[in-house]
Amino acid sequence: MKSSVTLRLNPMRAFRAILAREFLGYFRTPLAYVFLAVFNAFAVSLAFFVGSFYESGIANLDRFFIYHPWLWAFLAPAAGARLWAEERRQGTLELLLTWPVTVWQAALGKFIAAWLFLATALAMSLPMVLTVSWLGKPDLGTIACGYLGSLLCGGACLGIAAVCSALTRSQVIAFVTGFLACFILVIVGYGVLDNLLSGILPTQYVSNVARIGLWRNLEPFTLGILGIQPLTYFISVALAGLGLSTLMIERR
Amino acid sequence: MALIEAKNLSKSFGTIRAVSNVSLSVERGEVIGFLGPNGAGKSTTMKLIAGYLQPDQGSARIAGFDVSESPVEAKGRLGYSPEGAPAYGEMTVKEFLDFAATLRGLKDATTRVQETLALCRLSDVAGQSVDTLSKGYRMRVGFAQAVIHDPEVLILDEPTDGLDPNQKHEVRRILASMAERKAVIVSTHLLEEVEALCTRVILISRGEIRCDETPKSLLARFPGKRMDEIFRHLTT
Repeated sequence: MKSSVTLRLNPMRAFRAILAREFLGYFRTPLAYVFLAVFNAFAVSLAFFVGSFYESGIANLDRFFIYHPWLWAFLAPAAGARLWAEERRQGTLELLLTWPVTVWQAALGKFIAAWLFLATALAMSLPMVLTVSWLGKPDLGTIACGYLGSLLCGGACLGIAAVCSALTRSQVIAFVTGFLACFILVIVGYGVLDNLLSGILPTQYVSNVARIGLWRNLEPFTLGILGIQPLTYFISVALAGLGLSTLMIERR
Repeated sequence: MALIEAKNLSKSFGTIRAVSNVSLSVERGEVIGFLGPNGAGKSTTMKLIAGYLQPDQGSARIAGFDVSESPVEAKGRLGYSPEGAPAYGEMTVKEFLDFAATLRGLKDATTRVQETLALCRLSDVAGQSVDTLSKGYRMRVGFAQAVIHDPEVLILDEPTDGLDPNQKHEVRRILASMAERKAVIVSTHLLEEVEALCTRVILISRGEIRCDETPKSLLARFPGKRMDEIFRHLTT
């Protein structure tokens, strides 16, 4: 049996096409520009005004990175909310999944596109590096390590956002649930919660709970330490989110 | 070999049995008018055959490929337009068709997109985003993505829904022009469409097939009755 149009199904081609569509898709709406502006406005002003970046007199960026878990907890769900919820709302999920594409190709393309978008936001803060280089002699290796950690932290939040997006057809619900889930991981490991927990839990449990916090895992990166444990933590949260959301779409 | 082959398809949502033991077979050159009241299970059956939903029981084959076991091969030979003809609203018509052609791995994607734009009379709005189109154009975009790869099997869920009489005529004209090379299932509420276009009628009610025959023999079974009367008789 011969079809008049030749079928050439290349798995990479489908993945690339979806990645490109999704990534460019961000820039089709004003949301992308709002996102990029908000991310950078907050990243820089938190570092300067709350983190006393300037007054500290030290040429490094840990006062800048310390607020990134908060930013990602808010902005990764904002970028990730559309991943599946929008496909459901528009009814295009039914198209995408009846085209000769596997769910995994689609999911991976979408996830990487969203992650690249987060990376774009982060890359726009690179002038901060110029600032510290101008003010002093920072360790560029440490800064690169901090950026890597921040990007991975964003990926972990995106994994959570992907799951929340796969649960619903409403981007708003996807965003709110995603934000709440990430928010919990942000406050875990902060002093306030630690004090609260030590009232009810034995001390060793409190420190174990703190380990799943985002900041506790990002901190070593900002100090220039590439530890196996935080690396594994971020990557496994991202992959678990990607995998779980994909399974949920597959089993729809 | 039948191009569309469904065997004992069943699907429940919670306690509601949407599709119950549906079997059907469509050969090349046939255009099936898929009829039934709203909620009868038409769309669910089409989604099962298109591989969007997994059946609880039974199986579906497209051009010999089982949609659950070899989904990519089966879907490569299928053109499917879901109810309401969804499309990525923020893309332009051309971008959307380019995307569909790329995902389908068409070798001659650029020419196919141009041909399909012309065939569906979409060339004038090729640069407009889908969201800004009128209903008639939007339905045609849904149709265009379904035929861009000139598939052997075409499944269209209410392709003429909400169109004006001229637009309906236009869709039927395009469909008729390609029908003899394909196996087609079209769901519709328009009984005159069935008489004008379809070689066979499959009527479904409460998830079960009530009749599967040519429009002529159906009309002959109820002498003196019109199609809409027969429809009411069989589905209530």
